[in-house]
Amino acid sequence: MKEMILLIVGAALVNNVVLSQFYGLCPFLGVSKQVQTAASMGAAVVFVITIASAIANLLYTYVLVPLDLSYLQTIVFILVIAGLVQFIEMFLKKSNPALYSALGVYLPLITTNCAVLGVALSNVQKEYGFGNSVLNGIGSSVGFLIAITTMAGIREKTVHNNIIGPFRGMPIVMYTAALMAIAFVGFSGLI
Amino acid sequence: MNKYLERIYNGIIKENPTLILVIGMCPTLAVTTSVSNGIGMGLSTMVVLVLSNLLISLLRPLISDSIRFPAFIVVIASFVTIVELVLKAYIPGLYEALGLYIPLIVVNCIIMGRAEAYASKASPLLSAFDGIGMGLGFTFALILMSSCREILGSGTWLGIKVTPSFFTPIGIFVSAPGAFIVLGSLIAVMNGLKIQNNSTKKVEGCDGDCMSCGKSGCSDRTQEQTA
Repeated sequence: MKEMILLIVGAALVNNVVLSQFYGLCPFLGVSKQVQTAASMGAAVVFVITIASAIANLLYTYVLVPLDLSYLQTIVFILVIAGLVQFIEMFLKKSNPALYSALGVYLPLITTNCAVLGVALSNVQKEYGFGNSVLNGIGSSVGFLIAITTMAGIREKTVHNNIIGPFRGMPIVMYTAALMAIAFVGFSGLI
Repeated sequence: MNKYLERIYNGIIKENPTLILVIGMCPTLAVTTSVSNGIGMGLSTMVVLVLSNLLISLLRPLISDSIRFPAFIVVIASFVTIVELVLKAYIPGLYEALGLYIPLIVVNCIIMGRAEAYASKASPLLSAFDGIGMGLGFTFALILMSSCREILGSGTWLGIKVTPSFFTPIGIFVSAPGAFIVLGSLIAVMNGLKIQNNSTKKVEGCDGDCMSCGKSGCSDRTQEQTA
């Protein structure tokens, strides 16, 4: 139990996917203008990463390794993720229209979020079993949710600030991210 | 200007993927802790970019519109796997250093973006040159960034000590926050130069806004950007 909690906290805060491993920067920089949309995006990512790391782990252990095809993992994983995202979208549309309308727009965009592929591949690299893969998926994606929501909260404020010319737009967002990354380094004392 | 050379100029200066379009951020920030890593990542991405642009341009007439994204992904992922295996066999040091970021070339916005915005519409040879230009632009940006980080962060350049002895390396530049600081500063410098030129430029791609520009990767959104 203690190990499980440590794994989740470690993945969410200490090795934050965005701020210390740089996965999923495109949505982190692109959809962090408002807290509302950022939180929806984050929720969609939690959903997809958790399911994707479970399925990727099963495929790797029971299909790729027995057939001695583990060098094909990149191709297989990215196709599975693309298919999975499509499938989740269709499934949600039928079964849970309310959730679909909240997450709908963000789901297709997650295919190119490198956090999904990154977490699936790092599960394999770290030789996690099924349980640990899912926990690592949950932890990492919650870390993404925390980072993107916090970033959106800060950006909603900085939009009204008077920033000198060249630093407007992307540069000030980068500096904000740098300060957040410094803050997250502090979490390394947790474990 | 010769139209092939024009593609290369376009990739390096006019539409530099990292500094002007601000796409493909994951590797840019993650692997630029040393110049040799930056060069390795830049060249690996360039190889994938040239080959996938060439093949996609050749295959485009055969692929129907509705399945083009999965088809592009398969082409790109195959080339990435080839590059990964080659690096593992011949340059194991670089393979170890870049680690997971080699397979993650698959989801690099630049490659998908060029496939969709350029290679699927242009002739194979022009697409290949576009790949070379974009790849060189990406490599130059990575070298620029990793030079700043390596010199400030460890006092060396390509492993050779370049700073005077009284200079204490500033460790934060080789850790995660330093990546954001250096990239933010470089983009600010580019913005400053653009403001001086005060020109209207046509920007292809997604202008840092990957998520709002199409279904997958950075698609064909072209926008007028007034600087």
